[in-house]
Amino acid sequence: MLIEVKDLHAEVEGNEILNGISLTVNPGEVHAIMGPNGSGKSTLAKVIAGHPAFEVTSGEVNYNINGKMQNIADLEPHERSTQGIFLGFQYPVEIAGVSNIAFLRESYNAICAKQGVAEMDEQEFKNYLRPKLELLEMSDSFLDRAVNAGFSGGEKKKNEILQMTVLNPRLSLLDETDSGLDIDALKIVAKGVNALKSKYNATVLVTHYQRLLDYITPDFVHVLYQGKIIKSGGKELAHQLEEKGYDWLTKN
Amino acid sequence: MSTQDILDKEYKYGFFTDIETGEFPKGLDENIVRMISAKKNEPEWLLDYRLKAFKHWKTLKLPEWAKLEIPEIDFEDLYYYAAPKSTETAPKSLDDLDPELLATFEKLGIPLQEQKRISGVAVDAVFDSVSVGTTYKEELEEVGVIFCSISEAVQDHPELVKKYLGTVVPYSDNFYAALNAAVFSDGSFVYIPKGVTCPMDLSTYFRINAKETGQFERTLVIADEGSYVNYLEGCTAPQRDENQLHAAIVELITLDDAEIKYSTVQNWYAGNKEGLGGIYNFVTKRGNCLGKNSKISWTQVEAGSAITWKYPSCNLIGDNSQGAFYSVALTNNKMQADTGTKMIHIGKNTKSTIISKGISAEGSENNYRGLVKIMPSAKGARNYSQCDSMLVGDKCSANTFPYIDVKNNTATVEHEASTTKISEDQLFYLQSRGLDMEKCISMIVSGFCSEVFKTLPLEFSVEAVKLLEMKLENSIG
Repeated sequence: MLIEVKDLHAEVEGNEILNGISLTVNPGEVHAIMGPNGSGKSTLAKVIAGHPAFEVTSGEVNYNINGKMQNIADLEPHERSTQGIFLGFQYPVEIAGVSNIAFLRESYNAICAKQGVAEMDEQEFKNYLRPKLELLEMSDSFLDRAVNAGFSGGEKKKNEILQMTVLNPRLSLLDETDSGLDIDALKIVAKGVNALKSKYNATVLVTHYQRLLDYITPDFVHVLYQGKIIKSGGKELAHQLEEKGYDWLTKN
Repeated sequence: MSTQDILDKEYKYGFFTDIETGEFPKGLDENIVRMISAKKNEPEWLLDYRLKAFKHWKTLKLPEWAKLEIPEIDFEDLYYYAAPKSTETAPKSLDDLDPELLATFEKLGIPLQEQKRISGVAVDAVFDSVSVGTTYKEELEEVGVIFCSISEAVQDHPELVKKYLGTVVPYSDNFYAALNAAVFSDGSFVYIPKGVTCPMDLSTYFRINAKETGQFERTLVIADEGSYVNYLEGCTAPQRDENQLHAAIVELITLDDAEIKYSTVQNWYAGNKEGLGGIYNFVTKRGNCLGKNSKISWTQVEAGSAITWKYPSCNLIGDNSQGAFYSVALTNNKMQADTGTKMIHIGKNTKSTIISKGISAEGSENNYRGLVKIMPSAKGARNYSQCDSMLVGDKCSANTFPYIDVKNNTATVEHEASTTKISEDQLFYLQSRGLDMEKCISMIVSGFCSEVFKTLPLEFSVEAVKLLEMKLENSIG
């Protein structure tokens, strides 16, 4: 087991957003979390990553650290990250004056330091990056630009996937990574996600549309509504949703 | 960790060197001025200059226009001259210097002995009121560069000192300039001859050590036609509960086609969290771009001092001359800063650039004050100013006071200003990439300051980033 969410309740400024979520993800799996706007999909991803704006009021998030399931409620966001949890942001944040490559290397080295792996110097890191840039069809000039500053919507999302491939997480939570992407960019992003897939890691895709799932095949699909998972199934569930919308599940 | 440990961590230069010091009696009168001049065996003209300045100083009132709350300073309760006894007879070489002094500078990261000194940077080390030594003097002399203490320059190169001293900052300029002109004790002197690119960076390290002593240093840098020099300045002081006064003057002069880059990393003791102690840093720094096509750029990283009152400025006199001011000013706890620049455009097609980054944290107050003045003669003058403030937490404040005075309608003046706060979203984004809170802050802050840091020499910019990290360490969370 990689992560186990048990009857999770979370709120922001007194409003309950997650209303008893349970979800188990094993290594090697791809899960898709779908649901109408405002159902709590993004919140679930953020709570797992440790966003300070959300308060967990009850339930647990247990995560596999060194072979043991541990409650990560007390871990800071950076500690969760160094333990291999990655959140791909729906709205990546701009950091003025910090080059993308410096940011990537700091981040990579912070995780290496925690994992007891040797850190990389500038040249080693450039060599490590090269195939990843090629995979995502990104030019080198990307590296010298300030983090997300002046990036197009598509570039920002690609940059998130670049970070994911660089940091090589065990659990990737991708929050609406497909939104704002044209079909070519979507294919590239999917290629990046698929390339990273292994039997040791897992991916949770938070998405509104079935479109992304044409390129990344989920093992499980969950429908979230009003902070609860109201239906789970295989990839065929996504197709049903595409045809019928959410109404047939949310009525009553 | 005890409070003391945290303080020590915050200011690692806060130690005191227990060394026998000879000082003049406390207080200031004509006799003290004469004693300082006599101690330095100065020529008559310089004593006259000091006495005139002193007479003028007595007629002046403290400047009150800055947005600073300055506690009353008792000018009679200060020592105006203090020097280690061991420097009274000049040591033959730096290796013969008092071991205590050598150890002090080594602890500050400035080894002076021949075999240990930093390669590629010549250092003039100023301890309280005297320069205790200058490295690489002989090597510099070979190409005609003069780099020595100003006291030595008065003896060995009186014609140059007499020609330029007080020409950029006259003693009548302001209260602290008059005080400095009357009692200045030491500082550095630089002369770069025609057509010479100074083969190494020159640097002065100022250390205030003695108790209840004011440091009044005086620096004069002259770049003759077509010459170039990169000059660096660092400052530290012991941690004490009493405030100490530092009132310096720096004068820069560039002749035709010459360039001076002057960088400061100021880390005077800033007082404790409650605002007890710290240095009052009241400094007048100004450059005259006398020659055509000449350039002066000031880069400052102001991270220390209880109160900073400082406006490194340029008089752009020669046609096509250029002035620049790149500044990062950080305040935290109870620190106050009122700092900025003046760019006075006099010559034709003169150009100036101002990039100011203010960071305030805790209960501190950070003000930018700048003047861009375009004189009627300055046809085609151009200025670009950018003043950005960053607030860390919600107890601090930042203000920008830009003054623009344009008397020639062919001039172009641009001013941009912004205020930002470090947002929770930025922090969470960086944290979720494995960076701890301190690292996140330092990354955001160094990104914010990157335009200024890139104008610093590499070692200095690394030091500056570390310094800001250290200063902000306990301000977040």
